[in-house]
Amino acid sequence: MFYREAGDFKTSYTDDSQTFPIKFDRWRYYAVLAVAFGVIPFIIDDYWANAVLVPFLIYAIAAIGLNILTGYCGQVSLGTGGFMAVGAYACYKLMTGFPEISIVFHVIGAGFITAGVGALFGLPSLRIKGFYLAVATLAAQFFLVWLFNKVPWFYNNSASGQISAPERTVFGIAVTGPNTEAWAKYLICLCFVVVLAWVARNLTRGTIGRSWMAIRDMDIAAEIIGVNPLKAKLTAFAVSSFFIGVAGALFFSVYLGAVEVGEVFGIQKSFLILFMVIIGGLGSIFGSFAGAAFMVLMPVLLKNVLVGQLGWPTDLAAHLDFMIVGALIVIFLIAEPHGLAQLWRLAKEKLRLWPFPH
Amino acid sequence: MPDQLLFAIEVTLNGLMAGVMYALVALGFVLIFKASGIFNYAQGVMALFAALTLVGLQNGQVPFAHLINAIFGTDVHHFGWHLPAFVAIILTIGVMILLAIIVERYVLKHLVNQEPIILFMATIGLAYFMEGFGDMMWGSEIKKLDVGLPQGISESIDATTYNWFGYGFFIDRLDIVATVIAALLVISLTLFSQYSKQGRALRAVADDHQAALSVGISLRFIWVLVWSIAGFVALVAGIMWGAKSGVQFSLSLIALKALPVLMLGGFTSIPGAIVGGLIIGVGEKLFEFAIGPMIGGATENWFAYVLALLFLVFRPQGLFGEKIIERV
Repeated sequence: MFYREAGDFKTSYTDDSQTFPIKFDRWRYYAVLAVAFGVIPFIIDDYWANAVLVPFLIYAIAAIGLNILTGYCGQVSLGTGGFMAVGAYACYKLMTGFPEISIVFHVIGAGFITAGVGALFGLPSLRIKGFYLAVATLAAQFFLVWLFNKVPWFYNNSASGQISAPERTVFGIAVTGPNTEAWAKYLICLCFVVVLAWVARNLTRGTIGRSWMAIRDMDIAAEIIGVNPLKAKLTAFAVSSFFIGVAGALFFSVYLGAVEVGEVFGIQKSFLILFMVIIGGLGSIFGSFAGAAFMVLMPVLLKNVLVGQLGWPTDLAAHLDFMIVGALIVIFLIAEPHGLAQLWRLAKEKLRLWPFPH
Repeated sequence: MPDQLLFAIEVTLNGLMAGVMYALVALGFVLIFKASGIFNYAQGVMALFAALTLVGLQNGQVPFAHLINAIFGTDVHHFGWHLPAFVAIILTIGVMILLAIIVERYVLKHLVNQEPIILFMATIGLAYFMEGFGDMMWGSEIKKLDVGLPQGISESIDATTYNWFGYGFFIDRLDIVATVIAALLVISLTLFSQYSKQGRALRAVADDHQAALSVGISLRFIWVLVWSIAGFVALVAGIMWGAKSGVQFSLSLIALKALPVLMLGGFTSIPGAIVGGLIIGVGEKLFEFAIGPMIGGATENWFAYVLALLFLVFRPQGLFGEKIIERV
């Protein structure tokens, strides 16, 4: 019934290689975009924006970033939290240093700065592989967090050691600072997500994405057929860090407003985003969204059910949350190592035939 | 002798002691990695879980008391007995063996032949589960662990060194005990793997899974065995660290301390874990002592990682790790 390719004739190569080759899928995608841009901003309230939608969108960017590195290029990184911190602090320094420039450029600039830092910490990946590299990226995590804690220049010598976002506007509407409306927060994050997801999708299916995947599948073989591992690995680190840096900048400036680096960008954040990528599906842009949605929604849901409905103490609910996250990861890895994205693919395949048996 | 030098020696000694503690945790990692190629992130949480169970059993806490109270509105907390440390340790070993069996049956069995990275992620999931489970079972407040180990400054060393150098070294007696226990543990593990039948089987599995299977070694039994041993090592590490700083959530973070030790020593070498632990322990204490004050202190969080990272650039398999040979 659904997702059928019958009657959908391609007459050019451009048609043939589009992201959503099936007409039904394409229209569904347009419908999602229309709802996201045209309906949600009018009905959104503070609770939904702060508890669900804004963190979902920002985590989706970070998950896409990590997915580029881990899912597409096969380099496991546990330094995501540290790179998000780079994005946040770079954004803060740019915001306070050049107040006359638009916040949009600050966020993008923060992304580029993070890309540079990421490429620097990616250098050892040329020598170190597998677990050794995963552990080595922890060096970035701990060192960067320490650096932002200890050097007062990064937080403009503020007495609390925190950074807090001043009010900035886009087209005269406040998007950062305490007076921001929920819909403005949501919309600016949505714009970044849509553009960045489009960029990621097109990067990963082009030359550069193919060289990443060749390195992932077997690095020595890739090197022999002419993929330059230096270029592939460092671009993967740089592009991935760009996405993560933008996510960190938005997380600080739009979502939280004030940040204490050890608390917000600690090792837990690195694991959280890694889980999003695994549960969503390695090597899939859709999977990054699915994983982010899952990891954002589940604690909210659990808290509502356990604390709100059953009246359990919050600490019990937090412990149960840990257990469920852990158990889910193990179950997912056993049942479907390719994550939610693969489940979605299987569901599509089923829907194609449904309700007929053949 | 000049004061600075004496300070440096004292710092070095304390670093060596701290290094032994790191090595204790790293040992558990190496055991599992050697036998099954799994990088077991849950090792630190296993130490926490073991220590929590030990304290809980010793004090006669009712497991899941908090949960039971929340659901049924009752008010249970203690059975009202107090077990001697020895009995509690035996019971905890039993719990760790049970845990090994459960892990093998419900997790590892289903993940045979998966890529190493998938297995690694599974152990992260396991770590999360056990963290929540341990807290739910025994409560998350900080507990005092007391199994009768000596604690506090060692007066005899203090007095002796004072007589020799005119300056008393501060060395915790617990650290000395830990060093002795770690040495005993390494010796007994080496003897076990060299001379016992199961130990040989274990080395055979580490060498080649398929060949080991074909000569009749049960892979499942070996995995349970090796996870049990790792559970035992985790218990020892949990007791040491728990006696030092109380049983609490941060105990599980010692896994993060052990990772650079592993990188430095190599993932597959038991002596490597010890030597790596000592290098990291001394290195980070001396760095904090000499350079730390100049750049703001608290360098211990990252120094070990950066040291290991720089080291790996020159020797990617660590000090004693097996040479990585890659073929297409």
